[in-house]
Amino acid sequence: MTGMKIEKISGKGVYVAGNDIDTDRIIPARFLKCVTFDELGPALFYDERFDTQDNSKHHVLDKAEHSGAQVLLSDANFGCGSSREHAPQAIQKFGFKAVIAESFAEIFHGNCTTLGIPCVTMVKTDREMIAKIIANDPDTDMIVDIEGLKVICGNHVFNVEMKDSAREAFLAASYDPLDTLLVAKSAVEETAKRLGYA
Amino acid sequence: MGKNLYQKVWDDHVVGQLESGQYQLFIALHLIHEVTSPQAFGMLKDKGLGVAYPQRTFATVDHIIPTTDQSRPLSDDMAEKMIQVLSDATEEAGIEFFAPKSGSQGIVHVVGPELGLTQPGMTICCGDSHTSTHGAFGCIALGIGTSQVRDVLASQTLAIDPLKVRRISVEGKLSAGVTAKDVTLHIIRMLGVNGGVGFAYEYAGSAIESMTMEERMTVCNMSIEGGARCGYINPDQTTFDFLQGKERSPQGAEFDSAVERWKSYASDADASYDDEIVIQAAEIKPTVTWGITPAQSISIEELTPDPEAVEGLDKDLINDALSYMKLAANAPIKGTKIDVAFIGSCTNGRLSDFEAVAKLIEGRHVASNVKAIAVPGSEKVDVAARALGLHEIFEAAGFEWRLPGCSMCLAMNPDKLVGDEICASSSNRNFVGRQGSPTGRTLLMSPMMVAAAAIEGHVADAREVFGLE
Repeated sequence: MTGMKIEKISGKGVYVAGNDIDTDRIIPARFLKCVTFDELGPALFYDERFDTQDNSKHHVLDKAEHSGAQVLLSDANFGCGSSREHAPQAIQKFGFKAVIAESFAEIFHGNCTTLGIPCVTMVKTDREMIAKIIANDPDTDMIVDIEGLKVICGNHVFNVEMKDSAREAFLAASYDPLDTLLVAKSAVEETAKRLGYA
Repeated sequence: MGKNLYQKVWDDHVVGQLESGQYQLFIALHLIHEVTSPQAFGMLKDKGLGVAYPQRTFATVDHIIPTTDQSRPLSDDMAEKMIQVLSDATEEAGIEFFAPKSGSQGIVHVVGPELGLTQPGMTICCGDSHTSTHGAFGCIALGIGTSQVRDVLASQTLAIDPLKVRRISVEGKLSAGVTAKDVTLHIIRMLGVNGGVGFAYEYAGSAIESMTMEERMTVCNMSIEGGARCGYINPDQTTFDFLQGKERSPQGAEFDSAVERWKSYASDADASYDDEIVIQAAEIKPTVTWGITPAQSISIEELTPDPEAVEGLDKDLINDALSYMKLAANAPIKGTKIDVAFIGSCTNGRLSDFEAVAKLIEGRHVASNVKAIAVPGSEKVDVAARALGLHEIFEAAGFEWRLPGCSMCLAMNPDKLVGDEICASSSNRNFVGRQGSPTGRTLLMSPMMVAAAAIEGHVADAREVFGLE
């Protein structure tokens, strides 16, 4: 399904600190036992949020003041590990609409883009500043501006970067590429024939 | 200026450029399994689409399959349902399904190569990050998400940005007791878990060229742990010899002409690279992870890091990892007591892995404090190992010889660590909770080092335990 244009995302932010946060942490493998993605929201960061008896560990995502946050902030190499789309699906179904980090693992980034979750990168000092602003006032409005490549947080404006092709795709509402891929049917057939695959 | 393999395979398979700037890439071989693919069939249904090239997709089950009793229905209802959904969807679409007990079931990255489905010059996709394994044959082999599985099913193509290529040359001869696993752990330690982001890795150099195909698969398998989307090795005579006579390889005269084509994909001598690194094989030692990322590793001779010796974030990372692992700082990894030993996975669950270990453990026994399991990567590996009597050697040494599957690599089946058990593991990830217990601990190492740890009851130097020189 080709979605709507995504130019700006606004909402509250929450900072989940840590480098190399892997997809097993974002969603532990036991939650991958499913045949649809519908129920994955509550499983987000489950073992970080709950102990083995399902008691809350009072993780930042479960603090009342961060409830309803739509912008997830983290650190370097976010989403490393497996290709499980369950990870961005859980992030989206939990309520997040954009992710800001120092950097992203590649497959995770691609999965997010296809689902319409912009992943933007921001330097450490700026992320630290935003983390501080959010800590002081969790209700601070944030705007992730895809077109302008900026993040506005309270009275501050920060520069962000993102992959050109992803930015183009969000602005043109073509981040889910399936319809586009189906257009070139005859060119695909030719390629298959030329390579002896058909 | 010549081209490298990545550029050649890419150029051959590009259908065109998309408006976003990405390219549409034709996928020669698509592999699917029960965890990340059944949902894609549902997405296709929602859009009223069918499977465009069903003969280019192959399915198997590996992640959730039990390794003790695979009789159906499985005792886990959801696991049973996942297999059933995949089985029904593939049947409806006309996709070949390597079901349990078909003789061809196994870990998807073991099955493709052993059947000869994986061939040089192909673009290969699977909803699994360790698809990089297939790069050992000279392929662009990419892990993808479920929506992309849907895209490949519907169009046999992917929307994708090209990667840069880094050549990693490992020169010289590996020392005794040093394996392909140590090579890949060493590279990840050197370049970091995100050192490869944006890159395809070309593994080259005399140490790589002298590796068997199974060793090459181990190296390419863990490209993803180094952040690289894929890794590959140029096809050569070793590759062609491996493929000759395989069930799905071209046969007879067709094989000969295929070899000519396959050769043409190898990187040209004057090819250019975006980055180049040279590693001396002699510097690589048996390597063990101490932390919670695959780059947090040391040689068996070294001490765990000292957080006091570094500043800032690095200090926190080391402290967090050591505290999760319940390991002391600045202390030998050797001697760390283990509870579980696991040999298997798409990294090290092939016949040669079990052959190498069997030779070492014959006549010895696993320590009384250790639960040791050996899980063949596929039904074919199991059959071949049994024909050689390897299962008996493993069992006599105190290992459980299990049925094929991913097993304790990610513990989606009943094979899980309990509590904070610590596992010497031949798998590929030591993430927090990876082996099925939220507090479980993983030490990644080669199968040989797992065997040494199993026998001694603690992390040990395989070279000393087995007198390897």
